[in-house]
Amino acid sequence: MEDLSFDLAVQTVRALNQFLHGPADTLAGRHVRVSNPDGAHNIAVGINAPVKVTIEGHAGYYAAGMNKFAEVVIEGSASTGVAENMMSGKVHVKGFASNSAGASAHGGLLVIDGDAGLRCGISLKGGDIVVGGSVGSFSGFMAQAGRMLVCGDAGDALGDSLYEAVIYVRGTIKSLGADAQIEPLTEADIASIAELLAAGGLQHEPASFRRVASARTLYHWNADADQEY
Amino acid sequence: MCGIVGLLLKKPALHDRLGELMVPMLIGMTERGPDSAGMAVFGACLPEQQRKISVYSGLTDDGAAYDWVGLADAVNAALKVHATPVIKGNHAVLTFEGPAEPVKAFVKTFDAKLHLLSAGRSIELYKDIGTPAEVAARYDFAHLGGSHLVGHTRMATESAVTPDRAHPFTAGEDFCLVHNGSLSNPNGVRRMLEPRGIRFETDNDTEAACRFLEWRLREGDTLHDALQKGFEALDGFYTFLMGTATELALIRDPFACKPAVVAETDDYVAIASEFRSLAHLPDVKHARVFEPAPEEMYVWKI
Repeated sequence: MEDLSFDLAVQTVRALNQFLHGPADTLAGRHVRVSNPDGAHNIAVGINAPVKVTIEGHAGYYAAGMNKFAEVVIEGSASTGVAENMMSGKVHVKGFASNSAGASAHGGLLVIDGDAGLRCGISLKGGDIVVGGSVGSFSGFMAQAGRMLVCGDAGDALGDSLYEAVIYVRGTIKSLGADAQIEPLTEADIASIAELLAAGGLQHEPASFRRVASARTLYHWNADADQEY
Repeated sequence: MCGIVGLLLKKPALHDRLGELMVPMLIGMTERGPDSAGMAVFGACLPEQQRKISVYSGLTDDGAAYDWVGLADAVNAALKVHATPVIKGNHAVLTFEGPAEPVKAFVKTFDAKLHLLSAGRSIELYKDIGTPAEVAARYDFAHLGGSHLVGHTRMATESAVTPDRAHPFTAGEDFCLVHNGSLSNPNGVRRMLEPRGIRFETDNDTEAACRFLEWRLREGDTLHDALQKGFEALDGFYTFLMGTATELALIRDPFACKPAVVAETDDYVAIASEFRSLAHLPDVKHARVFEPAPEEMYVWKI
């Protein structure tokens, strides 16, 4: 695998991203190292090729957003919106992630070794999010499809207005959101959890997680309910 | 949007470098706040019987050519407080004997267009319109020393771009606050405070938060209790960074709508809206970097 380096202390994020938006066949199999990211925004967004990118430090807003096919490793922390709207590929944050990690992702795998902030996996549309630490409030809000695995705790209103996404939590849940409920683990869930743990390189007992899914009571209008909001 | 920066140096040997370390932090927040910038610096406390006030002359006709020595002479002739000015263009810090209130009152009667920025035994304050780089150069921020500071870069959303609406805001003595966000109930807070004799100088929402928290501290609340009451009374989006003579304090609203990140080493605690403003700090690669949680209080003492 051929290594290439971009030093953001002397090169621009635009130069990096324009390179990463080159023809997929010339990028395939390459490994791009990005040094001195220093919290810059929009690093490695919109990749559409099976390239590997290693960000050697802390990334700013929207790192690896809209990712398709690429494997992006962030060795430090990631700010708001890491891997938002990811379509496929893998994004691995070795530090913590701020708010809205993996927001609206359609596919792929987001692994966060540390904690994630608020609204992790908001409006998730597919794909998997594995969090080694805890997630903040409103995580999984209106998540439509896909899976989230949280090895630590969850904040308030977990899975509020959840559709068909499933959230697995190992630690405490401060509160569940509207229409989210804890359900018994099935054999399929145990297999799912084991698969997600392996994908995240984590070792926990799959049966120690709880399954949070939609009670589906908000799916249909209930004319008999007392309409007070 | 706005940018917040704060720096507290743990080792006295580093105090001379406070400004030099801070200027790149402030400039790093230019995209978040290009229209105004300001900084409150806290240095060694004056003796118990002395005070200093920071005064701004940019709204007077003379601006940066203001006759600060004439002001000090007039203060001394009237009040006999041995006031001495340290002048930086349209800002001056007057140090004098005795309480701050008579001198503040005299300054306002002497020239109503002078704007009082801060008062206390430790705090000095500079703020003006312009990019962070311009403001930092105008007042030579790079050579300021002290133990800790609170800085801000502003992108105005709710009140006009004027020097008096730039941050930090102050109330009482040795207390300042900067804000990233917007409050939804500043007028309600004002209506609650004004009958208690608390006067406002601008229509800025941040001033309401600043005066509310300082009022609670003056009423005897601990910083912890005052901030808890702040969570209950202040509605909206905020990351607040506050400075006192001995502390920096940070809170974020329950929805964490506005960012903050902290880097801590054996030498310093540095706070900023984004890591971009911390990247240049010495040995930051080995710092403990974390994101403050919403609705938690973070207090660092010198």
